Amino acid sequence: MNEPTLVEMSEIDKSFSGNHVLQKVNFSVQPGEVHALMGENGAGKSTLVKVLTGIHPRDNGTITVKGKEVDFSHPKQAEKQGIVVIHQELNIIPHLTVTENMFLGKELSIGKTGILRKKDMHKQTLENLKRLGVDNIPPNETAGNLSVGKQQMIEIARAISTNAEMIIMDEPTAALTDREITSLFKVIESLRKQGVSIVYISHRMEEIFQICDRITVLRDGKSIGTEQIKETSFDAIVKMMVGRELGDRFPERSSVIGETLLEVKDLSREELFEGINFQVKEGEVLGVAGLMGAGRTEIMETIFGAAKKSKGQVLLDGKPLNVTHPRDAIRAGIGFITEDRKDEGLVLNLSIRENVALTNLKTVSKNGWISSSKESVLVDDLIEKLHVRTTGREQEVKSLSGGNQQKVVIAKWLGIQPRLLILDEPTRGVDVGAKKEIYNIINQLTEQGVAIIMVSSELPEILGVSDRIMVVHEGKVTQIFNKGEADQEKIMHAATGGE
Amino acid sequence: MKKKILNNLSQLGPLIGLIIIVIILGFTSDSFFTLNNILNLLRQISINALIAFGMTFVILTGGIDLSVGSILAFGSALTAGMLSSGMDPMLAVFIGLLAGLLMGAMNGLIITKGKVAPFIATLATMTIFRGATLVYTEGRPITGLSDSFSFEMIGKGYVFGIPFPVILMLIAFGVLFFILRNTVFGRQVYSIGGNEEASILSGIRADRVKIWVYSITGMLSVLAGIILTSRLNSAQPTAGTMYELDAIAAVVLGGTSLTGGRGWITGTLIGALIIGVLDNGLNLLNVSSFYQQIVKGGVILLAVVLDRRSK
Repeated sequence: MNEPTLVEMSEIDKSFSGNHVLQKVNFSVQPGEVHALMGENGAGKSTLVKVLTGIHPRDNGTITVKGKEVDFSHPKQAEKQGIVVIHQELNIIPHLTVTENMFLGKELSIGKTGILRKKDMHKQTLENLKRLGVDNIPPNETAGNLSVGKQQMIEIARAISTNAEMIIMDEPTAALTDREITSLFKVIESLRKQGVSIVYISHRMEEIFQICDRITVLRDGKSIGTEQIKETSFDAIVKMMVGRELGDRFPERSSVIGETLLEVKDLSREELFEGINFQVKEGEVLGVAGLMGAGRTEIMETIFGAAKKSKGQVLLDGKPLNVTHPRDAIRAGIGFITEDRKDEGLVLNLSIRENVALTNLKTVSKNGWISSSKESVLVDDLIEKLHVRTTGREQEVKSLSGGNQQKVVIAKWLGIQPRLLILDEPTRGVDVGAKKEIYNIINQLTEQGVAIIMVSSELPEILGVSDRIMVVHEGKVTQIFNKGEADQEKIMHAATGGE
Repeated sequence: MKKKILNNLSQLGPLIGLIIIVIILGFTSDSFFTLNNILNLLRQISINALIAFGMTFVILTGGIDLSVGSILAFGSALTAGMLSSGMDPMLAVFIGLLAGLLMGAMNGLIITKGKVAPFIATLATMTIFRGATLVYTEGRPITGLSDSFSFEMIGKGYVFGIPFPVILMLIAFGVLFFILRNTVFGRQVYSIGGNEEASILSGIRADRVKIWVYSITGMLSVLAGIILTSRLNSAQPTAGTMYELDAIAAVVLGGTSLTGGRGWITGTLIGALIIGVLDNGLNLLNVSSFYQQIVKGGVILLAVVLDRRSK
């Protein structure tokens, strides 16, 4: 560590309308290191990044880049100093080609004529991608046709084409398949060797241990500490993040597994999955593992009536269940917590009350008239039961943190008193503390005899929570494990179609 | 709490705008604040307001209906035709309203089952319904309507000194206000406009709700047309041309978001009042109708810009 510090932020203060979101935060990055920035939702990670890149002006404190004090007022200025942010929501224009995206806003032209130097841009795009060790992205391909992982590579390549010295990645693996994660890590490794620093923001602890050199933890807007990854542990980091021991990561469950509730027979949907057979019993958690795009979500959508099956049967209590609309599934007591909270789970500009009531309109109304007292009682009960941190039921869900938004989605579905609850990636983008609360809710539900299907891409979660584990590969069930039979390797083996 | 007050303030914007315009007109024109003029003004806006109420529902679901003027024309012509052939006036009115409902349902079906964007779907039916009106009337006004008291009452009558169209408008307002605020249907309208996918996954039959919304709008448009027909004692094949624009303007002036999910019908009533007061006031001030259009457009633009600023 003899090299000069690349970025040094010290004693950073920032308030929003009286709310002190950053208090004397210190954060520094060395050249060529991968530095994890962790903390619960709302701990101040994104604000810190926004202060660094000049989106928010700081109230106090200093920022230096390579020893020189800076004061950015726009991300473009940060970019000129080699600091680039890659957001979770990628900045790719889907209708344009890879090359066009790569040179967006800095197209090469002949002099100042505006006539594009297409050949040169094509060549440079290839070079940029090559520098990342990526050779499977054709520069002429329309970006929208590429997988999320490849689109992300375009963004990274774009960053290094501007000679970025520090790339901040916000939840980069949230939407990636395992294979894509592996190639992302290879790219990060090669960037590190080229002396580029990475600030890595993620909730996935495994990844932090896999690729990071150091970690800084924020809690409630304060920097709790910076550690060498080699000298710390999972439990120590969690303790830094939540300020207390969290206990078991996956709480014990004492549910009694009962009768078969749902039986799926030979369920198929053209080109997506076929011949799906499985059962879920009352009080049981069936984990569904598989790579992204394997068809897990599609199977669940079909059971729920959000998409049409082409073949097969779904039985509930041994009787055929005919669903043509989610409404039918809901009436049968099936709830579905979708993967995409913002697009499919919530109406963001409505209040907590209105969102929770959405699935429960029948319960809170009589002859089409909503009883506001019944509605308030139902919503308040659920807010309390799930410990949603809010100013009250009238708060817009848009202004809640990720974990609390997820709790509102869960509240929506607990209101219908489901017999079967399908959870698709229930803890994505949710911090450790809220994760554990979600596992506790799953446990409580199973203790009441509710059957749970949990789709998840996080193997530790699948292994820690499920009673049985079903693995899906390219639209087919490759294996169903009983508790204790499976481990990460066996699941990955089945998920990649290995024999 | 603080946010709630702010929220209410931004909802008050249209009302404050209306009051300012009213005060200005009150100072510049002697005849503005006469009872006669105010009742006259309310009667004038009732037609636009009824259409705009329906439009509010449509826009709240994230849609738009360009065909309201043509639906108005066809419904009026049909009702007038039946009247002139001697049909019982109330039955004719009922069939006319039913026709409006069906034309609206057709819009709804094309949009939901045919998966056509509302703008395009209603642009097409706007032309179709207008054409159908011209075919039905052979391009000529239908006159010689019934001299039935009850039919004349609709457009020309008074109850306790209040014009009957104004009473119809207020009843419609009251009913629709409560539907939006207190019923399952109203809640579904907001949630579909806010996030259709999430609403469907919450078990809401979005297609059905939307078909109803367009149907109600069709029916309200014909109701407005029947008022117009009763007042003029004839049905014009070109009636209602460009009415969709005044209706959309009233909704937007009232603060309802064109992207759906956000808005209120009280705002639409205020919006219709703003447009009506401007029309009325500029007439009283003898402003040329050419300049009136410029002023009206300017006010709409100003209102929307101010609304953007406050958000």
